Amino acid sequence: MFVRKGGQCVARFTAGESAVLQQVLAEVVALLSDGFDRADPVVERLFPDVYRDDPAGSADLRKYTDDDLKAAKLEQAGAMLSGLPEGGGTVRLDEEQAEAWLRALTDVRLALGLRLDIRDDTDLEAELDDAVLHDPTSPRVGQLSVYAFLTYLQESLLSALVS
Amino acid sequence: MAAPQTVPVETPDTEEVPAADRPWVTIVWNDPVNLMSYVTWVFQKLFGYPKDKAERLMLDVHRKGRAIVSSGVRERMESDASRLHAYGLWATVDQP
Repeated sequence: MFVRKGGQCVARFTAGESAVLQQVLAEVVALLSDGFDRADPVVERLFPDVYRDDPAGSADLRKYTDDDLKAAKLEQAGAMLSGLPEGGGTVRLDEEQAEAWLRALTDVRLALGLRLDIRDDTDLEAELDDAVLHDPTSPRVGQLSVYAFLTYLQESLLSALVS
Repeated sequence: MAAPQTVPVETPDTEEVPAADRPWVTIVWNDPVNLMSYVTWVFQKLFGYPKDKAERLMLDVHRKGRAIVSSGVRERMESDASRLHAYGLWATVDQP
């Protein structure tokens, strides 16, 4: 999808792809702002305890790190949101923007991966086939397709960036 | 080169090194979502590791479930873990 052109990573997005990305990013933004809830497994994964066996020590440290980390995650999601062409079109990213996109894509993949219960041995294609067979109109079919698209997009952006 | 020792030298017992002086480490744990290529890139980017070292660490995370990616004073490790969290990697700090 993304290719390297000079100093930029370039890709074309359809209106549908742009809309899907806007939606999943908006969900992460909501999670990081008004909907911020420590008990949410996604929040727990995006803001892991620094001390594995010391919840009190981790909570203490979090007082100093949480705000910065939250701001960084909101900024990278915002960078990607503002770079998406409404109604589709071409995206051109310099290195700094490409890195922000990679981090934002990681956050949305982590969030969606947890909701979909993606595991190390998950075969995404088989999972999608199963879901389609079960009910082609189920939300799970849509979410699995989005997850696969996000993975493809991130892989392609990274390979364009390092090429 | 130093001449061979004639007097037996007391070997320091590592157990006796005060806890405060032992180095801390940053550990990255395996997760089912992050791409192998991405994890390698993050190690290069954040720690300046050459590609082969970054790849070796990534494979340790992938196969053994975890890898020590940096070591040093506690505050530095807390900062490393925080930077890794900004990139979506699951990192913790420990004093082995």
